[in-house]
Amino acid sequence: MAAQSITEIESGTDDDTVSDIASTSGSTAGSLTGSGDRGAARLAARGVTVGYAGRTVIDGLDVSIPPGVITTIIGPNGCGKSTLLRTLTRLLKPAKGTVVLDGEDIARLRTRDVAKKLGLLPQAPVAPEGLTVADLVARGRHPHQSWLRQWSSDDADVVARALAMTGVADLAERPVDSLSGGQRQRVWISMTLAQGTDLLLLDEPTTYLDLAHAIDVLDLVDDLHESGCTVVMVLHDLNLATRYSDNLIVMREGSILAQGHPRDVITAELLHEAFGLRAQVIDAPVGDSPIIVPLGRTHV
Amino acid sequence: MNETDVKRDKPPVTVSPGVRLGRVSFVWRPWLVLVTVLLTAATFLVFCVSIGVGDFPIGLPQVVTTLLGQGEQVDEFVIMDLRLPRALAGLVVGIALGVSGAITQSVARNPLASPEILGITWGAGAVAVFLVTVSGGTTTAVVNSVGLSAAALAGGLLTGLLVYFLAWRRGIDGMRLILIGISVSAVMQAITTWLLVQADIRDVARAQVWLVGSLDNRSWDDVRVALWCTLVLLVVVAGAAFQFKPMHLGDEVAAGLGVRYTVVRAVLLLCAVLLAAVAVSVAGPVAFVALVAPQVAMRLTRCPTPPLLASGLVGALLLIGADLVARAGLPITLPVGVVTAAIGGPFLVYLLVRGNLRQTDR
Repeated sequence: MAAQSITEIESGTDDDTVSDIASTSGSTAGSLTGSGDRGAARLAARGVTVGYAGRTVIDGLDVSIPPGVITTIIGPNGCGKSTLLRTLTRLLKPAKGTVVLDGEDIARLRTRDVAKKLGLLPQAPVAPEGLTVADLVARGRHPHQSWLRQWSSDDADVVARALAMTGVADLAERPVDSLSGGQRQRVWISMTLAQGTDLLLLDEPTTYLDLAHAIDVLDLVDDLHESGCTVVMVLHDLNLATRYSDNLIVMREGSILAQGHPRDVITAELLHEAFGLRAQVIDAPVGDSPIIVPLGRTHV
Repeated sequence: MNETDVKRDKPPVTVSPGVRLGRVSFVWRPWLVLVTVLLTAATFLVFCVSIGVGDFPIGLPQVVTTLLGQGEQVDEFVIMDLRLPRALAGLVVGIALGVSGAITQSVARNPLASPEILGITWGAGAVAVFLVTVSGGTTTAVVNSVGLSAAALAGGLLTGLLVYFLAWRRGIDGMRLILIGISVSAVMQAITTWLLVQADIRDVARAQVWLVGSLDNRSWDDVRVALWCTLVLLVVVAGAAFQFKPMHLGDEVAAGLGVRYTVVRAVLLLCAVLLAAVAVSVAGPVAFVALVAPQVAMRLTRCPTPPLLASGLVGALLLIGADLVARAGLPITLPVGVVTAAIGGPFLVYLLVRGNLRQTDR
């Protein structure tokens, strides 16, 4: 199930969606093998200022999301991680600045066209009681449907593949609320996948999951990355973030402290500056990412 | 019990390919279609029986032939001029309340959020009673029925909008909407009571008749406007229904799926408020239909969210059925609102309890 590509998922569809996907993933293709930073950014914020009801959370921030890699935003609670993610997905409208998606100002695109390019999974979504897995994932096709054309065999194909790829196919007839937290999160990611986009933004996909289920979900994110997706997520667990990302964005009080590969970015000084956390950073026994060992007050 | 578990072992990934008719394609849900067809048939049957029953009973076949324009002259007069308006009023009010309830419950993602709890019903009631009591006997002619309906419509609409704007805080939260609706409803009920206490006793009697909710003495003039309003609103609702589907998953997921949810929600809530206000203006504040019809429809169709069309049909069935029972089934004549509550309440409890039993069975 691992390496089935998202373009393969889309190959069953006939109409404009295919060319849509093809044209957007064209820019991604070159960067898949390389370091990733060289391709044009899929998604970028330019001088955005965002806030809620008069309180400014992010002030004049610039960031670009490199194509074909997993980018994770970390930072202390209330630093504006989710605000940034929500701004990038147009859930929040910046007071100043623009968000650029594949070279176009996202505020000028039709909501539907954005949904064909960019998949979004909000924090802790809730499905109506009794809704089945297949029905939920099928709703991911909404941006490709219209009042007259509500369901086609192409939709069925894409949904079947999205179910298979996320490993929830044999749960298809079960109500979503009867599943475990990890399975549920897989189902939601499956729905986002059925949207047929290769740019996925996940807001804290591992919240409320135990470590094994969190790893399960992050392995799925890895699979999506392998298949050519650009993934942006917000994570709370620093060690999971360093282990599963190619690109870290470290935030504090609405601005970006550092950005880059975990092994270049994560240092004891940075952690202290960002989180006020005393920690030691050591090389992991496996893989090339660092491990953070928090010291706390007494565990020296 | 274990046998059913074994039977669930089915081949992997079964996603229905759907049905295609030319450029139109949709998901094939046989159970939903079957239940909707049965509900339509049942509603039509009760509609015809309701027309046939009265001081001058008419058989079911005669009712149907007369409705088709092939009946005898006597039947035609009784049916077309006297009974059809009442039955149509029941149909329109029932459908309007059922659809309105299905929308408000879906938007708030909470089964408590029915038009009567969101203040629409009592707002309409307060304005109507105000008109009756304040104008007194002087402008009776103007106030009669049409004026009263218009006042109720305006009252319901204004109260609905008031609740919506009070509940607005960076979006609409279901619980907040319900709490503010209950508060506004309470104020409107207090105003209504105060008006009744102050008023002349004859006016009180007139207001009271209207307040309990009934279909008595409905003429074509009462029904015609409501019928057209409801038809137009239902067309708008049907148009917006497609964009509404992802909104059951929450605002942010819907936004991620390309739905301009603030616009869709505003349009649909406005339709819901108008439908409820139209219903109240025709029949007065009929209790319980808007709350119970979507819930009954959900369980009959086995849908996880209130189905719009089926909710309207259940509403109509409930209202016409209750009116029939209120007129003919009981030794004393009761207002229809009392009967809708008496039938709808226990039926919802039955469905909930049956659901509980099934779950404990597993």
